[in-house]
Amino acid sequence: MKAIVQIGLKPGVLDPQGRAIARSLTDLGFEEVTAARQGKVIELDIKGEDAASAEQRVNEMCEKLLANTVIESYSVKIES
Amino acid sequence: MKTAVITFPASNCDRDARMALEKVTGRPAQMIWHRESEIPSDVDFVVIPGGFSYGDYLRCGAMAARSPIVKDLVEKANKGLPVAGFCNGFQILTETGLLPGALLMNQGLNFVCKPQKLRITNTNTRYTSGYGSTQEVVYPIAHHEGNYYADDATLNKLEKNGRVLFKYVDNPNGSARDIAGICNEAGNVFGMMPHPERAVDPLHGGTDGLNFFKSIIESI
Amino acid sequence: MAKAIEITPEIVAEHGLTPEEYQIILDRLGRAPNMNELGIFSVMWSEHCSYKSSRRHLGKFLTKGPRVIQGPGENAGVIDIDDGDAIIFKMESHNHPSYIEPYQGAATGVGGIMRDVFTMGARPIALMNALRFGEPTHPKTKTLVSGVVAGIGGYGNCVGVPTVGGETNFHKGYNGNILVNAMCVGLARADKVFYSAAKGVGNPIFYVGSKTGRDGIHGATMASAEFDDDSEEKRPTVQVGDPFTEKLLIEACMELMATDAIIAIQDMGAAGLTSSSVEMADKGGVGIELILDDVPQREDGMTPYEMMLSESQERMLMVIHPGKEQLAFDVFHKWELDVAQIGVTTDTGRLVLNHKGKVVCDIPIAPLADDAPNYDRPHVPTEKREEVKAENIALTDINAALKTMIGSPDLASRRWIWEQYDRHVMADTVDSSQSGGDAAIVRIHGKNKAVAITTDVTPRYCYADPHEGGKQCVAETWRNLTCVGADPIAITDCLNFGNPERPEIMGQFVGCVEGMNEACRALDYPVVSGNVSLYNETNGQAIPPTPAVGGVGLIPDLQHFTTLAGAKEGDALIIIGETTGWIGSSIYLREVGGSEDGAPPPVDLALEKLNGDYVRQLIRNRRVHAAHDCSDGGLLITATEMAMSSGIGVQIDRPSGDFALSGWYFGEDQARYLIAVDENSVNPILSTADGKGIKAARIGTFKGGGMTSNDGLDLALSDIRAIYEAWFPALMES
Repeated sequence: MKAIVQIGLKPGVLDPQGRAIARSLTDLGFEEVTAARQGKVIELDIKGEDAASAEQRVNEMCEKLLANTVIESYSVKIES
Repeated sequence: MKTAVITFPASNCDRDARMALEKVTGRPAQMIWHRESEIPSDVDFVVIPGGFSYGDYLRCGAMAARSPIVKDLVEKANKGLPVAGFCNGFQILTETGLLPGALLMNQGLNFVCKPQKLRITNTNTRYTSGYGSTQEVVYPIAHHEGNYYADDATLNKLEKNGRVLFKYVDNPNGSARDIAGICNEAGNVFGMMPHPERAVDPLHGGTDGLNFFKSIIESI
Repeated sequence: MAKAIEITPEIVAEHGLTPEEYQIILDRLGRAPNMNELGIFSVMWSEHCSYKSSRRHLGKFLTKGPRVIQGPGENAGVIDIDDGDAIIFKMESHNHPSYIEPYQGAATGVGGIMRDVFTMGARPIALMNALRFGEPTHPKTKTLVSGVVAGIGGYGNCVGVPTVGGETNFHKGYNGNILVNAMCVGLARADKVFYSAAKGVGNPIFYVGSKTGRDGIHGATMASAEFDDDSEEKRPTVQVGDPFTEKLLIEACMELMATDAIIAIQDMGAAGLTSSSVEMADKGGVGIELILDDVPQREDGMTPYEMMLSESQERMLMVIHPGKEQLAFDVFHKWELDVAQIGVTTDTGRLVLNHKGKVVCDIPIAPLADDAPNYDRPHVPTEKREEVKAENIALTDINAALKTMIGSPDLASRRWIWEQYDRHVMADTVDSSQSGGDAAIVRIHGKNKAVAITTDVTPRYCYADPHEGGKQCVAETWRNLTCVGADPIAITDCLNFGNPERPEIMGQFVGCVEGMNEACRALDYPVVSGNVSLYNETNGQAIPPTPAVGGVGLIPDLQHFTTLAGAKEGDALIIIGETTGWIGSSIYLREVGGSEDGAPPPVDLALEKLNGDYVRQLIRNRRVHAAHDCSDGGLLITATEMAMSSGIGVQIDRPSGDFALSGWYFGEDQARYLIAVDENSVNPILSTADGKGIKAARIGTFKGGGMTSNDGLDLALSDIRAIYEAWFPALMES
């Protein structure tokens, strides 16, 4: 199985990279862009068959290491 | 008086920290490798140095904060052992939860290295008592993720309790309320992005950092 | 598999080999090579590894001197700085990769040059760089600048080696080919220098560092795709740097070097496993047999061809003393690095590669080095230019001229760049870019002495007159070191030129090398290491000839050194050297006069030595508060830089006389220095100079808060500084 973990700054935490991206895009003529947020994606290869328990374990991983919940939120998707 | 410096893979200010501690205590500092499981019980003061522990991959300080030696460090710090983290060391301390908040990427998006003027906002602490009436000091800064963030409630609490020890004059990185250095509630754990350990030598960065080390050493 | 491929003339050409070169291979092997063997010959005989266009000219350089421990031919040069200490240093180009992917190109350039230095047993203590970009207005320039600077900083900052200085130019000649030259300086014990010659037979060969991937396999992409089963797979050609692994590699190598386990060690740089194994074997006069299955690999299904040509970063090859294998394993495991024994040295003189139980390459090593082409490419000298007389170049408004000059691309502040470099880590940086001085000063750890380091070249001079330009770049680094009170010792160089197959380009190369060599000999200032980067051209448009020079000197006692800062209120400003008002090829002529014409200033090497030795003597005698090499932009720019650095203005008292203002203020005569000295020192300094036959004059006084003169100059330092500091941020934020 594969777990796709998406991590981004929480709403309300200033994201200067996202802001720079949005500004560059509007400079390039993509004026419909009003905001951008930058995050990261971590792909994990996981042993086992049980998607539900895998998801629970990956959530634990996020809490313990992958995300800093002071500033970041995360979401987990399991693919078989 | 026994001091120690914890080193992680790709710590790189460990020598700077060791030199500063030796200069102030007159005794060599013990270097503790991250794989060791315990801080020796006779150590009186621990520095977590700057650098790029574990390449700063994932998040600055994230992996170092979960290494075996830091587990023991957190326990001892909670029992009162003085611990100071500079730069990457500050990031590690926030990742462990010993200090509140987190360090985001600099608002200007670039790494920034320069002599930085700081205002001492509380001289009545174990880390700043030696500065007396001194208002401003210059320590070098050198970081990419030094933009201090905490929610308003935390910031209010820090300021109200005198736990903000240093503020930036001309904020170089976007830190909330110009905060440069903070301590924990008990006052034994301190972290800041600037480098007092690089300001102990007239030929290199000035000597404004000497009183920082003298303060904490004398308080022990 | 490889042997199934028939070597066609097309495949030979794709490997960058001429039919004549291929014929030599056939003759030496007595058979057709297989693809692996062809790949190995092609990289060993490439310009990069064999120096086939430049070798015969480089051989003329002065390479020996009383302080030279190791000259060119090893990973880096080694000089003696007394007390058993040695300095190991080199400069190298990473031009093409940096143009393709500026961040990774520059980062891996820094990583590579550091490995060249710590391979020899030195802990890197300082990094420098020499950068050339296209016109500021060129659409790619901004992206390239920000990527290159971030890459240099990202790598050096993380590894924890201070980036202490460098230089950056902008010129349209680099629009299609930027130059990224990185220099590393390391400190070793003179009796613990490690070399690359593999000695002895039956000794284990160790591979250490990152795993091998398909990075940077260049040139023969089509050929390699043909003999790969999985042909749709796209291969990255951009190497990605991992400073974290580099840092671990440094620490691990330092730890193993402290034992007696290592016989020989070599960085796997360009052409990776091929050049490192061949060079080690060739220098030691032995053969090498490798089991490629044991090479740590990042990807599945890598072929021998790919493994031998990969340029994956952060890898080293070592020959270990038999019986010390476990020690080596233990050290590298402690630092969590990949390590494997991948072969042994043999007495066959051949390079034998095994893969999946078969011999996939078996060639004699000697021809790879000995028979490498060594061309005498035709070269025509650059035509001499007419002089431009300062009398014909107007200076109508001195205030406007100074503002234009100080805010021009080549003179404006580089703060935007150097604030992104950690200049202080390791706690021994005494002076760096921060002061704007001529040379960086890095203390020898725990001692009261320091090395001075500088990089310099003036491409517009080299373009106008390669021979004079070649002399000038060496002389300027010598002056830079002198300005901080150092004894200049030796140089490294990075010779960046266009296509050597064009006689006019080869003429530039030969002219510059001969000029450089003349200066090296006149100044007792040998070349101990270097690198050549040719074919820097796009659509027939070559870069200006750019032989970047990195100079290293010794400050024997840190009680006696100067920087650009340090002038005191009331100090006198003295110029050492003669001002004739040479305006040809000057920045003034370009920025204010709108012309790049004219012969460059001639370099009188005897005068350089005479004037420089005197300035150094004055510094050692503590007569000098601040010193600055008078070069780009001329006298007024030099004085203004000293004023900004000390925070004290200068009142200039221009002597009366019959000369053109433009030439006096902005001419670029060589062998000149400005020094700030105590009022009481003025007369003794001038009279001693007179006795030595040195031209010297008092031209002003440090006082007030502005640049003023007896002929109309009147600008506040704060206004000048604002213009000086504004240019770079404005470029990057535009």
